[in-house]
Amino acid sequence: MDMSVLIALPVIIPLIVGALSLVVLKNHGAQRLLGILGTGAVLIAAILLLWQTRLNGIKVLEVGSWPAPFGIVLVSDLLGAIMVLLAAITGFATAIYSLKTVRKRFERFGYYPLLHLLLAGVNGAFLTGDIFNLYVWFEVLLVASFALLIQGGERAQMEGAIKYVTLNLLSSALFLTAIGLLYGMVGSLNMADIAVRLTAVEDPKMVTLIAMLFLIAFSIKAAAFPLFFWLPASYHTPQVAVSAIFAGLLTKVGVYALYRVFSLMFTAEVDFTHQVILWMAVFTMLTGVLGAASQFEVRRILSFHIVSQIGYMMLALALFTPLALIGGVFYIMHHIIVKANLFFIAGMMYRLGGSFELKELGGLYKKHPGLAVLFLIPAFSLAGVPPLSGFFAKFILIKAGVEAEAWWAVAVALFVGLFTLFSMIKIWNEAFWKKAPEPAIEIPAPVRNKALYWTTGILASMTIAIGLFAQPIYVLAEMAANQLLNPQLYIDAVLGGGKL
Amino acid sequence: MSRQFNMRSLILSTGTTIILPLLLLFSLFLLLRGHNEPGGGFIGGLVAAAAIALKLFADDYPSAKSLLRVHPLQIVGVGLAIAALSSLPSLFVGENFFTAQWWTLYLPIFGPLKLSTPLFFDIGVYLCVIGTVLTAIFTLVEAEH
Repeated sequence: MDMSVLIALPVIIPLIVGALSLVVLKNHGAQRLLGILGTGAVLIAAILLLWQTRLNGIKVLEVGSWPAPFGIVLVSDLLGAIMVLLAAITGFATAIYSLKTVRKRFERFGYYPLLHLLLAGVNGAFLTGDIFNLYVWFEVLLVASFALLIQGGERAQMEGAIKYVTLNLLSSALFLTAIGLLYGMVGSLNMADIAVRLTAVEDPKMVTLIAMLFLIAFSIKAAAFPLFFWLPASYHTPQVAVSAIFAGLLTKVGVYALYRVFSLMFTAEVDFTHQVILWMAVFTMLTGVLGAASQFEVRRILSFHIVSQIGYMMLALALFTPLALIGGVFYIMHHIIVKANLFFIAGMMYRLGGSFELKELGGLYKKHPGLAVLFLIPAFSLAGVPPLSGFFAKFILIKAGVEAEAWWAVAVALFVGLFTLFSMIKIWNEAFWKKAPEPAIEIPAPVRNKALYWTTGILASMTIAIGLFAQPIYVLAEMAANQLLNPQLYIDAVLGGGKL
Repeated sequence: MSRQFNMRSLILSTGTTIILPLLLLFSLFLLLRGHNEPGGGFIGGLVAAAAIALKLFADDYPSAKSLLRVHPLQIVGVGLAIAALSSLPSLFVGENFFTAQWWTLYLPIFGPLKLSTPLFFDIGVYLCVIGTVLTAIFTLVEAEH
């Protein structure tokens, strides 16, 4: 048994554990235990996978021994392995956080099986080397997310879910159309094989058209301008643990798909395609941060900030220089952890302060100084304050922008960073600093909850660690960016017989 | 409850007691036949689910439910687990993940019996389909009550 099975583990473990937790649907204790064990096992597998990929280069697994390009391959390059590790960290943190926050009613309706299914879908999308299989994993994670989104069945949830489902189905339809056109043109579904065959296509305009279809499809999933509005409409409606894992992972699957497709397959007309991405990125950053400024509900503010942060990641792809891609990978690593953590903390603010509305919150600093510190770390990191992780992510990216002389984008990125700080300070002032308003309803004395503090504390310390030990992370991001800029490495690994 | 169905038919009810086991047997036949000929887990599962739905129409919801003994979602879980686990045996013989494995057993009277991981995958699909279809039907029935 060689190590290639490692590539399958992040997908197959959640599937098996999810199925088992469906079998013990009525036993809440067993479900929770499986939740922790399953996500923990994925975390270990993801660490091993990243370690192996870093040591030995791109790893390929031909599923069912069907040789590429005919069968489906799972490929673990550094970007994929990094994404899987981030998904595993978020999944594990969510499982711990869910222990104390998810109501029994939702557990009975299959919260844990859906969580595992979501993780399987996300990991599958990060690891597959087949464009149609990527579509299938997108559907898997979407189906799981639909169900998680409407658990509870409140009016706001339904309203958000309708937008979410409609836009995402539209995106899936476009994605499928694009796959169909691409298959009709090159006759292959294996991404490495497509990349090879695209170089021989005589009609570059058609290729660019298909590239644009992929761009629209993935940018809807990534919540990029102009089709982002489903995200702020829906992400604040489900329970906090669900919001957090959505915020951390789902849009990033879209970003990952953009990175994969526009570094491996559609690099023939970079001047045009990446210029379009650049402008989308700029407007995504702007609209997101301006939207956040107008909001007074903690989760809605954070949701709009997801949108603006997606802009930064797309900016990195648009610049498409080595430094920019390093910045992009670094940004994704920093962002997933920070964003999930901020949603976790919003949930704790709700438990301790009784509301998500800034007007009704207050005085949290006095009563819960620990929570205040925990909030400040990811909040300042999101805004890009040194020495936290967000500073280096933004710094690399803006330096890359200056080098590429994309002045407009640099100016907007700096402005958006400032406005993010403004948003975070708004939350700080209203929720933590100002005096607590007279509570209309008496808030029941909250149980001191160590599990929640541990979850957010560990994620916050990761944020600090990425900032303090930026060098090794930078080197890792540099290696990942290097693989993205040399698609031949990926192609050789996949089509070279799949031997490790 | 079931006021629309109060026209319970004795013929259907009696017929079902005979047809139900036949349908279940037929679904197993379809499942096992599926590897090389038309049939398979999906269609077998549909037939089995239809058999239990027939019981629901002929008699009532409690009797159909008691036929299953467990919640249909648990059947989905078992099916998914079997299907997912069928990807693993190939690892023990050093082949790629999800590679089909075949074993032939020689039984005294029946002769050779071919077992394989695709068969287990199909059994998983079979159970999944039964569970999914019945979850949908039972939920609709419960909503009507």
